[in-house]
Amino acid sequence: MSKWFRENAPISARELTDEFQRLKRGSVTRRHFLGVSGLGLAAAVLARQPGLFNSAAYAQQEDLGTSMSLATWPNYHDPATFEAFTAKTGVAVEVNVFGSNEEMLAKLQAGGTGWDLFVPTNYTISTYAGLGLIDPLDLSKVPNFDPKTQNTRFTNEGTVDGKVYALPKNWGTTGIAFNSDKVKSKVTSWKEFFEVAMTEADGRAMVHDYQLTTIGNALVSLGFSFNSIKPEELAKAEELLIKVKPHLYAINSDYQPSMRSTDAWMTMCWTNDGAQLNRDMPEIQFTLGTDGGEIWSDFYAVPTSATNKPAGYALLNFLMDPQNAVKEHIANGAPTTDSRVFALLPAEITSNRIVYPEEAALTPLEFGAAVTLTDPARAELMARFKSA
Amino acid sequence: MPLTTTAKKRLVTAALLAPASVWLFVFLVLPFIAMMVFSVGERGPAGGYQAAFTFAQYANLPARAAAYWNTLMLAPAGAFLCLLVAYPTAYYLAVKAAPRHRLLLVSLVVVPFWTSLLVRTYAWMFILGSRGIPSLLDMIGIEDVRLLNTPGAVLLGIVYGYLPLMIMPIYVSLEKLDRRLLEASADLGAKPASTFFSVTLPLSLPGVMTGVALVTILLLGEYLIPQLLGGGKVFFIGNALVDLFLQSRNWPFGSAIAVTLVAIVVVVLTVAMRIAWKVSGTRQVDLV
Repeated sequence: MSKWFRENAPISARELTDEFQRLKRGSVTRRHFLGVSGLGLAAAVLARQPGLFNSAAYAQQEDLGTSMSLATWPNYHDPATFEAFTAKTGVAVEVNVFGSNEEMLAKLQAGGTGWDLFVPTNYTISTYAGLGLIDPLDLSKVPNFDPKTQNTRFTNEGTVDGKVYALPKNWGTTGIAFNSDKVKSKVTSWKEFFEVAMTEADGRAMVHDYQLTTIGNALVSLGFSFNSIKPEELAKAEELLIKVKPHLYAINSDYQPSMRSTDAWMTMCWTNDGAQLNRDMPEIQFTLGTDGGEIWSDFYAVPTSATNKPAGYALLNFLMDPQNAVKEHIANGAPTTDSRVFALLPAEITSNRIVYPEEAALTPLEFGAAVTLTDPARAELMARFKSA
Repeated sequence: MPLTTTAKKRLVTAALLAPASVWLFVFLVLPFIAMMVFSVGERGPAGGYQAAFTFAQYANLPARAAAYWNTLMLAPAGAFLCLLVAYPTAYYLAVKAAPRHRLLLVSLVVVPFWTSLLVRTYAWMFILGSRGIPSLLDMIGIEDVRLLNTPGAVLLGIVYGYLPLMIMPIYVSLEKLDRRLLEASADLGAKPASTFFSVTLPLSLPGVMTGVALVTILLLGEYLIPQLLGGGKVFFIGNALVDLFLQSRNWPFGSAIAVTLVAIVVVVLTVAMRIAWKVSGTRQVDLV
């Protein structure tokens, strides 16, 4: 027992309350709380008394193990969420960050990811289900999910052949973020995005390291469909991308650090990142392409290969609790699909036009199509663009 | 029949080599065979590998010409720059530094290896980014300088990351240098410069060759530095491989590139060994 611990024991009622409040706010870990309050020691002593802790809840907690793994996107969660989950269940969450669905698919196909829960995007679910890479969900293990409060416009693709394979995390769009202190031109379309990238924002613009959005938005800027796999249209998109490449700052899906340091002035940007950037640096504006672009929804799914499915389900259920989800949405900035969460969100978020754009702005946008994920021509185009 | 002494010796040798041979077979030969098999296959409909026998993947290698070009230009250039910085450093450490400071100085060369290259490369991203050196330049009136995500940044990252691997072999070969040869050279009237060029440098060449080969071979597979300091725009073979396995999910093409990369490494290594043998006049050169 450390000296520090002795100094704090026994703890006063006031200090105990303060520590408990800190634990609830998520600013201290469960371990810290148990240590500082002496409750950990008391529990350890009591646990040796036979029959004292044989309740069902305790047994269930034992089954969750001590750690689990989540695969997700950059800047997509409030770290306090996982601390709160760990404090509640004793399960530590290891977070793996990815830049594209293709990368996630490749990892799952190769096997042995160790993920117990991951965050795929709408257009990938049917492929994952078809390849047997994800399990149909046992909704009895997710009592916090309520299908009646979901906006089906965004959640339909979680269901394949009548079976629910994935539960919604949030929806969003792929738009343009630009630093209005640096870029004076008005960027309102993908056509303008690529023009400005080669002129005013020469050497300062970023595109995603992600075929869906980088090729998709290049296609849109040329007047084609975001999801096109027509060879002649892809050839034109490739020509545009290779023309713009020498002018780019970087090809990287983790664009927040560069935008924040003002190394980059303009980037392809997802809603949640746009909201985060604009919240912290109001000069960074987010706009949807008037010529089109992507609308998407992200889901939670359990890989067939998950090694700790009980913990995966426990975290999924934890995240489906509106009280927990609302904190995630406030930190992350992406719009919710759940009316219970929407009701809990502060007005400044629900009235934010980046997060909840007007319906008219959404009209030209397209959901990603399953075929764009597996199309070899798009995959090869992206690789040629990067190696050009 | 009792074993002859030679047979016994052979058995002992075989027993001693067995662990290494098994290790080599399981972790080098088997994966390489798998790679060769993949490389003549086809990409599956959803990606991955599908059995076939075709050389189409090899025929498609020119589609990654830029990656080969970048790697085959920047790897030797990086190794040469490393050498330019490393030689004087190693010379100072081995010859000029006071013996009581030597151990400390050599450890300082090794200390960066205690931290992951990823973390150190991120530090360079900050130093080269707008808030680093460009903001200092801005203060003295040089505006809008962009250092990050340029080929120069990649070269700098390479020199920084691989320098210790170049310094150490050169240091070792210079440290073994017989000082009496230097005295003899001086006694015979040679000036310090000509002693250096006719005695020190030739005797340290095996170390130089080891360093150059080591750094070049590792650089041929480099991925991280071009990605982080080149902004994903300066594409190495390593990046092409990551892309093919993790994004395009084209395992056969990735394998064909990997097989070719191994072939290039073997050629580089053989050439380097030949040169080292010739220079040192012996076949006793340990390259790596």
